[in-house]
Parts: sequence; structure tokens; C-alpha cells
Amino acid sequence: MDIDHDAIPPDVPDEDRRFFLKQSMFIAGLSMAPADFLQAALAPDDGPVGNAVKVKLSLTVNGKRKRISIDPRMTLLDLLRENLGLTGTKKGCDFGQCGACTVHVNGRRTLSCLTFAVMQHGSKVTTIEGLSDGEKLHPLQEAFIKHDGFQCGYCTPGQVMSGVACIREGHAGSAAEVREYMSGNLCRCGAYPNIVDAILEVKKEGTKV
Amino acid sequence: MKPFQYLRPKTIAEAISMATDYPEAQYIAGGTNLVELMKRGIASPSKLIDINHLPLKKIEHRYDRLRIGALALNSDVAKHKSVLSRQPLLAQALLAGASGQLRNMATVGGNLLQRTRCSYFYDLALPCNKRKPGTGCGAEAGINRTHAIFFAGNGFGGNEKSLCIAVHPSDMCVALTALDTEVVINGTGGERRVLLKDFHRLSTLQPELDTNLQPGELVTAIEVTDNAFAQHSHYLKIRDRASYAFALVSVAAALQMDGGRIWDARMALGGVAHKPWRYWAIDLMLRGQAPSEKLFREVAEHEMQSAKATAQNAFKIKLTSNAIVAALKAATGIS
Repeated sequence: MDIDHDAIPPDVPDEDRRFFLKQSMFIAGLSMAPADFLQAALAPDDGPVGNAVKVKLSLTVNGKRKRISIDPRMTLLDLLRENLGLTGTKKGCDFGQCGACTVHVNGRRTLSCLTFAVMQHGSKVTTIEGLSDGEKLHPLQEAFIKHDGFQCGYCTPGQVMSGVACIREGHAGSAAEVREYMSGNLCRCGAYPNIVDAILEVKKEGTKV
Repeated sequence: MKPFQYLRPKTIAEAISMATDYPEAQYIAGGTNLVELMKRGIASPSKLIDINHLPLKKIEHRYDRLRIGALALNSDVAKHKSVLSRQPLLAQALLAGASGQLRNMATVGGNLLQRTRCSYFYDLALPCNKRKPGTGCGAEAGINRTHAIFFAGNGFGGNEKSLCIAVHPSDMCVALTALDTEVVINGTGGERRVLLKDFHRLSTLQPELDTNLQPGELVTAIEVTDNAFAQHSHYLKIRDRASYAFALVSVAAALQMDGGRIWDARMALGGVAHKPWRYWAIDLMLRGQAPSEKLFREVAEHEMQSAKATAQNAFKIKLTSNAIVAALKAATGIS
């Protein structure tokens, strides 16, 4: 079948673009399925179902649809780490002060420790594991290695996710701008100058991130 | 964290009816403050009403006013072309607050309703009249470097006794207070409007209440009427680090100038009171005057006469005075 690439919104980031293509193919496949199946698959979403003990929800993580049953109190961060085994996203302060838990939700950088997973029913989440293309690292990950943008590495996944968003948002124009727009990601080792260099280099090279 | 039932209403009416039916319920939007309060056991709603899917995200200019839906994200408001062209003071204040991630989550309504960041409020082992009425104010004789210097009664014949000396943490609300913003509120009785200056409360009575919102009511939008301040407005924020910190003191200044003179002036101060502190006399003091550092110094010192320091925050009186002068200089473009 043909995919109309122009129909993909231009501001959809790469990882979502890949997902969008897969989803488009899936929907195109459905159009050949029996009508009742199609209706069921595209029925309006009533939101997560459950009570105060368990709630069923579905969300897309790194392009894969996940259906999960969890305690409504679980944060997105805990869901990623404890239930889905995606331990690349780190728990630092758990109160939204350090940025270690930064992931992308529907293309926006977000603190996964300050949102309940149930609120993200229907969302598309990208973690550090979904940023690289298999074994091929993302350009900003390569730049972090080249510029030594870390010591202990604990804040690094959050720094990289935030840095990619910072470039996409158009806020990586100068070292001062990068410092301001990366201020929500703390690094206790103090690798800031190297982190700024890595982000500026990727921005300057103009590689699509 | 106490268990809660998650509810996702489809309409505003459904959300309000849920909140009215269940007094222990709370609305959640961005969650950037409420999730922390729930983790710490300061808030423990039995039902959480997720309003994120209600149609309240729109930012639009119609007739003589800018209307911003309560669910518009702080990051979207800060870059919206109508905000930048008509109310740049609001965009400046939003970008001075929080971080890129938090601005992507936090909504306008949630920003209005965020709780103080006073450390006594967050520590369950310490007294706090706001968290647990009647237990006293831990900050009054404790660590109060970042606390209030303006209280009810300031400038009107003396300071009334305050039950809470915490400050309101928002930057956005300081700019919106200077701009005489209206808050649109929906409840079971329909829609009502409140000026932002009357939305938040001082702490003379019932410091556990930050606002005059009634149970079950939902903030649906804010509205800023057109003004002539866009060319001469400035938000100045002073904090302990260069970025990503709450204000020690902030100043929102909005002036209208013509022929080298000031014809209209609005100002609000942040980090100095239980709510954004409107400097009411400034219009009277600046109207018809040519800008000068000497004039601005007089204006600043006039307001600070009614400030009252605690043991550790006397520095704020001088700092606020200097910040007012600097903000007025930046807004009028004098060096």
C-alpha cells in the first residue's frame, strides 16, 4: 500500500513519525477487515476502566502499544521502570526538582515522576530506550560521548531527552539559551559545560533530531 | 499515598457534578504540584477528577480581550503570538518560572491554584496553620528568609496579625495581577467572574484557604482586557540561582507612555505576600511624570514604608525597593 508521507504533520518528531507510519499501515490494513471488527477497533475511547485498587489502561511506549492493569497511584516513572522494565529513565528526587525522569509524552518533554500513569492512557511516550535506532545511537547521545557530557551518568538519560527537546523547540541558539532551557536538569557531577557543548554541536551540525 | 479512584469526565458539567457529589474529590490538570502533595500526604483526595480532556485549551483574542483556557499549557501560552504581541509581560513571567519540562505540563488554571512552597507546609512533622489549622506558624519564629513582608492592613493603618507568613509562589499570577486579569469560574450555579486581585486570599483568617473558590467550582479561563502596556512592560525576577528557582522578589511593571511621560502605570510584586501584591498607589504617583531614577526611587521607597520584616528577611525590603527601580527603568528604557 502507499503511505502519503506529506500527510504526516511536519512537527511530529522522528520517533513518533516512525510510529505514525506503522499506525497508518495498521489502519490501512483494517480498512480491508470486516466492518464489525473495524467498528470495534475504532470505537470511541471511554478512558481507563477500574476502581481505586486496579485500573486498566493502554498507552504507546517507544512505538509499542501496551495494555496494563495497575494501581491508579502508580506514576508514569514507576510504570516505565517497574512494570515495563525500561530502567533507562531514572528516579532522582521523585518530586520534579531534578529532571532525571524526563521522557517525551506526545512529543513534549515531561517529568514522568509528576504524572500518574493512568492520566497518560492513550498517550505516546518515548524514553531514552526509544531514542536510539536499535544499536545506532541518536546524534545527541554520540555528542555526549564525544564531549564527555557526564561522569556518573545518572542524570544522563534525562539530560539527553531534555536536550533533544531543547533543540527541537528551537532553544539551542546559544550557550546562554541552552543553559536557561536546560535548567530543569541537574547534574551533581557538574558536567554542565560539556553537556552544553554537546547540545550546541548537534544543533550547529543541523542533524535532524 | 492514600488510594484514590480515577475519574475522567467528558464535559465541564460532568466534572463539576463529580466534584460537587464527592467533597473529598480533587481536580487534577498538569499535576506538577498536586502529585507532590499527594506523595507527601499533604493532599489525599479519595477521587481524582482528571480534567485534561475537557475542551479548555484554547487561546484566542476576541473583541477587546485575550481569553486563555484554563488547560492551556504554560509553554503554549508563553509562545502564543497573541500573548507575545498583546501581553508580553505574561510571556516574560511564564518563561521566568519553572523549567521546560514543568511548563509543558503545568496549566494556567493549575498555576493559579498551586500551593505555597513554604518548607513548613511540606514537612508533616512541623506546625503549619495552612496545612493543619490551629497548629501555629512554624516559620514565624523559624527559618523565614524567603517569607512575606507585606500583610493585610499594610498601608491602611498598620499590620494585622497574620496566621501564615508564606508567600504565593507563582510568577504568572504576578504579571496577571498587574494586568487586572479576570478569572472565569464555572460551578453548579453557572458561570461567574472574579478579578484576580480578589481570587487569592490574604492570611488573616483561614490560611488553609489560598483562594475564594467555592467547593466544586472549576476555573475555566482567564481574560485580559486589551491595554496599551505592550511597549513598556517588564518582569524582573530575583532568585538565589540564575534559573529554575522561586522568586525571592519579583516585579511586574506595565506602563503606558506618550511624549516622554507616563500616562498609566500598573505594578504587582511577587515573593513578598500571601498573594500577588498589587502596588495600588503607583498609578497616582507616576501619572503625568517623566521617568527618572530619582522618581522611581521615591515610588519604590513609598511602598516599602509599610513592609514589615521577620527575623531573617529584612534584606527583602531593600531588595524589593531596588527591584522596583530596576523594573521601572527597564520598562521605560532609561539607563
